[in-house]
Amino acid sequence: MEPRTRLERQARPGSMLLNMGPSHPAMHGTVRIMLELDAEKILNAEVEVGYLHRGFEKTCENRSYFNLLIYTDRLNYVSPLINNLGYVMTMEKMLGVAAPERAQLIRVLMSELSRVSDHLTCLAAMAMESGAFTVFLYMMKARESLWDVIEFTTGARMTTSYIRIGGVRSDLHPEWRGALSKAVGETRKVLKDVSGLLDKNPIFLGRTRGVGTISTEDALSYGWTGPCLRSTGIAYDVRKAHPYLVYDRLAFDVPVGESGDNYDRYGVRMREMEQSLRILEQVAALLPDAPPLPAGPAIEPEEAVRRSRTERTRDPVRLSPNLDGSEKARLPGLACQDLPVAVPAKEDAYTTMEGLIGHFLFFMAGKGIRPPKGDVYFSVEGGNGELGFYIVSDGSDKPYRLHLRAPCFHIVSALEQLIRGRLIADVIPTFGSMNMIGGELDR
Amino acid sequence: MGPEGLIDALRARLGEAVEGVADSFGDPVLLIRPQDVRAVMSALREAPFDYAILLDLTCVDFAAAEGRFELVYHLYSLSRNVRLRLKASVPAERPSVETVAGLWKNAEWLEREAFDMFGVRFEGHPYLRRILTYEGFEGHPLRKSYPWRLEQPRVPLKDGS
Repeated sequence: MEPRTRLERQARPGSMLLNMGPSHPAMHGTVRIMLELDAEKILNAEVEVGYLHRGFEKTCENRSYFNLLIYTDRLNYVSPLINNLGYVMTMEKMLGVAAPERAQLIRVLMSELSRVSDHLTCLAAMAMESGAFTVFLYMMKARESLWDVIEFTTGARMTTSYIRIGGVRSDLHPEWRGALSKAVGETRKVLKDVSGLLDKNPIFLGRTRGVGTISTEDALSYGWTGPCLRSTGIAYDVRKAHPYLVYDRLAFDVPVGESGDNYDRYGVRMREMEQSLRILEQVAALLPDAPPLPAGPAIEPEEAVRRSRTERTRDPVRLSPNLDGSEKARLPGLACQDLPVAVPAKEDAYTTMEGLIGHFLFFMAGKGIRPPKGDVYFSVEGGNGELGFYIVSDGSDKPYRLHLRAPCFHIVSALEQLIRGRLIADVIPTFGSMNMIGGELDR
Repeated sequence: MGPEGLIDALRARLGEAVEGVADSFGDPVLLIRPQDVRAVMSALREAPFDYAILLDLTCVDFAAAEGRFELVYHLYSLSRNVRLRLKASVPAERPSVETVAGLWKNAEWLEREAFDMFGVRFEGHPYLRRILTYEGFEGHPLRKSYPWRLEQPRVPLKDGS
């Protein structure tokens, strides 16, 4: 049979062909690396991706702008909130609206929590795959405490769908300050411990120093962004280069590496987490406490609907616990109130005819969010780098075309070059330091 | 070099390859002739434009209404901190354009994706093969003519397995 892959066609006689993956215990994620080997030495390599392809872009073309938000959770599933943010801010650019100040601060808070958890996951897996299991456990523990803060507010650890077009879904949980300071303290301690375990560890250094080295020119040519690009010495960070939200008002540094090897990618991520923790503390200081809700007895939704037939009721309505934090009194600080950008207040849907009509006009097919015709590109700094959305609108309530610029697609495309000429053992830490996330890579 | 200066400089350098300029929600957009894609890109990569990064490459299907596919390139210049979007329209019957692989290394994968999803041929591409779907997949899923939920034929097992 005619060989299908370039690797098979170019294979030297006498060399051995070996598949690593698509499912391999030492690699996180489903990706197939085909190797042409001379004993342990890699003569040639070819990477095959797409095992997690589920038609994200096609699906989005068949969903309304509001409904497709949930699919963005499943891109980089370690930092879903940043994916939400990237999509939502692209839409806001097209609609010409901006989130209120409080919502912007909450978004920064959520982004940085996600960034730290993303880096923790990447380094934990990388360390575990090179034999440091303790580091994995420590980092997962820190990640849990960060996810506690996220879970308190969004109700989910991963599938958050919390950052919405126009703002955020609900206010922070009343207990968020305590949970945040605990998470920040715990993460700092873990970072210190991990530094102690790995920074000068000869085994770790042997697997990472001078391994998987990429030059600055090659990193740019491969379209690298994020921590991987910064490890080669280029301080490109979307938060600094094209500031969004309130990042221009926050003090943080962009750590860079020197040689672009695995160790630098580890080091940049470690130092970036410290900067993110710094941002978290600044944002916590800037965020005022949520305004208190009007006191008094609340009536049930059925009662409100019944009363609204004869009178205009002014009593507060008891909402479902799912809607905690998105009471009408809180919404102006949380979401842009222009119609139809954000979900209208539920209390109005229960008590007034206009509110009910507004509710239907938001959710009905063919109505709701309909941006003007045109195309737009916007990007945010994701855990892996520049996470960009390109959306083409034809004026209807569904995107004509939605394309994701997945940062790790570009990064993984360089893997073949990085492992060529190295040993099999070098594949593991090199691949680990790239932070390949299948959901984002394969879409 | 401001946005207006850039457009003038581009027109001066690229001549007739530039079919038009546009502004889309504040982003500069350049419409270029499809046969000049590679020449334009290699000019843009060098000084004074210095677009060192190919941020993104994708395609949009306007086949039903306008009979064309639109290739969309996003470039980023690190030294000037600006992005640029370029668009080239190719006929829907036989979509084909010259490759930019060789100018940027990630172009090889990005073009494989556009080929896989839209069936656009990239002339001169060293290894134009499906990337996200598999060998034996029928059709190009992101074309508008491809139904949303189409079942694919089962791939036969390989010999001897």
